[in-house]
Amino acid sequence: MTQIGGITITVNGETRAVPAGLSVNGLLDHFGIKRATAIVEHNREVLDRKLFDDTLVQHGDTLEIVRFVGGG
Amino acid sequence: MQDEKLKIGPHEFSSRFMIGTGKYDTFPLMKEALEASGSEIVTVAVRRVNLDNPKEESLLDYIPKNMTLLPNTAGCATVDEAVRVAHMARAAGMTKLLKLEVINDPETLLPDMVGTIEATKILVEEGFVVMPYMMQDPVSASRLVDAGAAAVMPLASPIGSGQGFIDFSFIKLIVKRFKGVVPIVVDAGLGAPSDAALAMEIGADAVLINTAVAKAKDPVLMARAMKAGVEAGRMAYLAGRIPRVEYATPSSPTQGVVK
Repeated sequence: MTQIGGITITVNGETRAVPAGLSVNGLLDHFGIKRATAIVEHNREVLDRKLFDDTLVQHGDTLEIVRFVGGG
Repeated sequence: MQDEKLKIGPHEFSSRFMIGTGKYDTFPLMKEALEASGSEIVTVAVRRVNLDNPKEESLLDYIPKNMTLLPNTAGCATVDEAVRVAHMARAAGMTKLLKLEVINDPETLLPDMVGTIEATKILVEEGFVVMPYMMQDPVSASRLVDAGAAAVMPLASPIGSGQGFIDFSFIKLIVKRFKGVVPIVVDAGLGAPSDAALAMEIGADAVLINTAVAKAKDPVLMARAMKAGVEAGRMAYLAGRIPRVEYATPSSPTQGVVK
């Protein structure tokens, strides 16, 4: 379901409605995710952190937002 | 003790005990265990952020700052998945080190060596410092070294099993052939300090341990015990153990015995 003035994207395998016009950093803020430790893949391409501000999230985009967790 | 440094890619380490960060009951407990281990290399995994709980604490806040991160590709069943996760790990901007795992057998968690060799080639070409998790197989080790692996990580026994070494013959062969070519890091299945010591005694350059520390009753004490085991084994290797013989040889002089 697309919100009024919003777009639909796939994040971590889930379909989510988010406001239109967000940058990747804006999207992280929207979800309340700490920018400093988030790693983002945008439409199957890993995104350099320096591009988080300038990359716009568009309708139909697929994103993976990951971070380091405990592992062996 | 005078010892050479452990060299992996552009890095040099004094500790030969690499430690994992999985399965600890709490982050503070993990931190204490990491500090007690004296380790300088610590493995981490890459996973999705939980969108419904984005404020969860960051593992990184509990890893001592002097430690080098070694991201793994745990959970990756194919070459494509491993390469994708490797790219994500590198994008964190902390390291080019990578513990490569390609595993598609959930029952045994044994590595898929065909996929591991292929992924090693791709990632080495992309500039990663690749440390592949592998079977105790000298032939695969040779392929991985040819592909440019910065180290090889043969298993002692299946991941998390705590069985120690099931067999020594092939790991000894890997040590014999590749000692001084690439570091040999025994990874997976070590359950006790004696296992870690044995790995070092036969000439492994380092060990990686996670479950045996994290799931010990007292992980901090076990981290110290493993550290001591690794150091004891390393010293014994440098000191040179005596050969095994079939029958007794007296320790005391056979001359001048009081009759």
